[in-house]
Amino acid sequence: MAKYILKRILYLLPVLAVVAVVDFVIIHLTPGDPAAVILGSDATDMDLAKLREQLGLNLPIYAQFGRWLWGVLHGDLGWSIFMDMSVSTAIWQHLGPTVSLTLLAEVIAIVVALPLGVVAAANRGTWIDQSFMTLALLGISIPSFWIGLNFILLFAVQLNWLPAAGYQPLSNGLVNHLKYLIMPAVSLGIMQGALIARMTRSSLLEVLNENYIRTAEAKGLSRFVIIFKHALRNAFIPILTVIGLTFAVLIGGAVVTETVFNIPGIGKLIVTSVMRRDYAVIQGAILMTAVAYVLINLVIDLMYVLIDPRVRLSK
Amino acid sequence: MEVASTGTLKNKTRFLDSFRRNIILRRVLSNRLAVTGCMLLSVIFLMAVFAPLIATQPPLQMKVTDRLKAPSAEHWFGTDEFGRDVYSRVLYGSRISIAVGFSVVVISSVFGLILGLYSAYYRHLDNLIMRVVDGLMAFPAVLLAIAIMAALGPKIENVIISISVVYIPTVARTVRSAALVVREQTYIEAIRALGGRSWRIIWRHIAPNCMSPLIIQATFIFAYAVIIEASLSFLGAGTPPPQPSWGNILSDGRTLIKQAWWIMVFPGVAIVMTVLGLNLIGDGLRDLLDPHTNKAKS
Repeated sequence: MAKYILKRILYLLPVLAVVAVVDFVIIHLTPGDPAAVILGSDATDMDLAKLREQLGLNLPIYAQFGRWLWGVLHGDLGWSIFMDMSVSTAIWQHLGPTVSLTLLAEVIAIVVALPLGVVAAANRGTWIDQSFMTLALLGISIPSFWIGLNFILLFAVQLNWLPAAGYQPLSNGLVNHLKYLIMPAVSLGIMQGALIARMTRSSLLEVLNENYIRTAEAKGLSRFVIIFKHALRNAFIPILTVIGLTFAVLIGGAVVTETVFNIPGIGKLIVTSVMRRDYAVIQGAILMTAVAYVLINLVIDLMYVLIDPRVRLSK
Repeated sequence: MEVASTGTLKNKTRFLDSFRRNIILRRVLSNRLAVTGCMLLSVIFLMAVFAPLIATQPPLQMKVTDRLKAPSAEHWFGTDEFGRDVYSRVLYGSRISIAVGFSVVVISSVFGLILGLYSAYYRHLDNLIMRVVDGLMAFPAVLLAIAIMAALGPKIENVIISISVVYIPTVARTVRSAALVVREQTYIEAIRALGGRSWRIIWRHIAPNCMSPLIIQATFIFAYAVIIEASLSFLGAGTPPPQPSWGNILSDGRTLIKQAWWIMVFPGVAIVMTVLGLNLIGDGLRDLLDPHTNKAKS
């Protein structure tokens, strides 16, 4: 087991290295002189030269990468000239809303999707299965930001039940926090939930085809025991995997959803930085989300050990 | 005599071919969901092709006296804050979505196919390519596309490039896992024993057997590409205004949601129709082409 965990962690290193290189390269695809972009057209040559020096732009590209990576490894993601603060501070300030939003969306998605998928699989081919799966198909076909816009139209503009946009931190009370977060979280969670429900159903159906399930049926075990005790546990690995992989969908959706609901999170930070061409912030924030995604999937892989003894015992 | 016999042989294979095709066609048609998907998508395709003919107004034509008019006989989907006709703009928006989706599918399939095949065939390349693929897939799709757009600037060509870069790794991985299975088949070993060259084995014998998963994947990538294009344009990092795209019409609609609901409703319906159509076709193709799910279903 220790070997499995160690192997899984070592395997992260090349992935993280690629993530760092890609993140660096993308931002350096920018045509033109970043110093000129930052200072505008009326900057003097001397100011430009000074800023290039300060940003290390006069170094060769590999030296720039080395300098940046050294900084990143020491927790220094660079400096935002527009916000006049370090990129890590900017990310830290915008982290709370995004964590709240994605966690709530993920919880809503799992709580709704798991029972839906199980019930659909248990009633395969019936109208229950068909209507649940039609719902799930709709769920993966409607962009979350458009669901969000429709929620605003219905619950904020027409019915006036919920605030149309904005964010209240948890420190201002849980009810207040949820009042602002519930619409964005549900609209974000729908696609996630639909993906999980589809995977739960197909993974469970596959397990229900196994011989040991037929044995359990022949023994006269109830349908309930078969599904929850014998089948679901074995169907769980693909379900967990899909939860981890679709976390990227969730973070990506959060970027757009935050803009729809005007939530001051990482997504809003990235979009604003794109408009301002604040490359240091874009680079830092995107690096952080990719690293977060990699770590979340590490945690999920390690959870296999708890769920599936086959993983624990394999050498 | 000889000519005649090859002639009948040709006729015979042609007959068999059309028979086979008919079976596949019949199976597609018997899948009600896939047929619904094809119908939805045809509507969007027709919209894109005939946009200039069926639009009631040029999509960029402004008329100050017609600002924010609700849907009516004259403006089926209403007008926006510049008095532009939303129906005509949604029609022209379909051209962007279809063009972007199609180009992304072609580019990511070609590059993904090459990477996937060579990665499966040459094991020493595999480690390198797959680590890069893992690294690229660690970035949430929308975010990676936004970052590339931020670097390249808002232009349609760049939208296509950025979304293609996002999906090349997905295709590469799908093709690789299919090719790894094919590679171990006895007939590949036989061809190698007969002295078949590597490129011939890869392209003539392995590649055709990786097409089913690739086609299924491509359908879903088309759907994702439409959503990501709309997201990018919605955020102001995609199709630059005033050119109408579903995403940037939605973005106009967002700011005017209290005064003019129609600006945000209709382009959204168009997106859902397109993506739903593609997902239905993708699910249908998967039932049809993937023996694994067939087994699980029966």
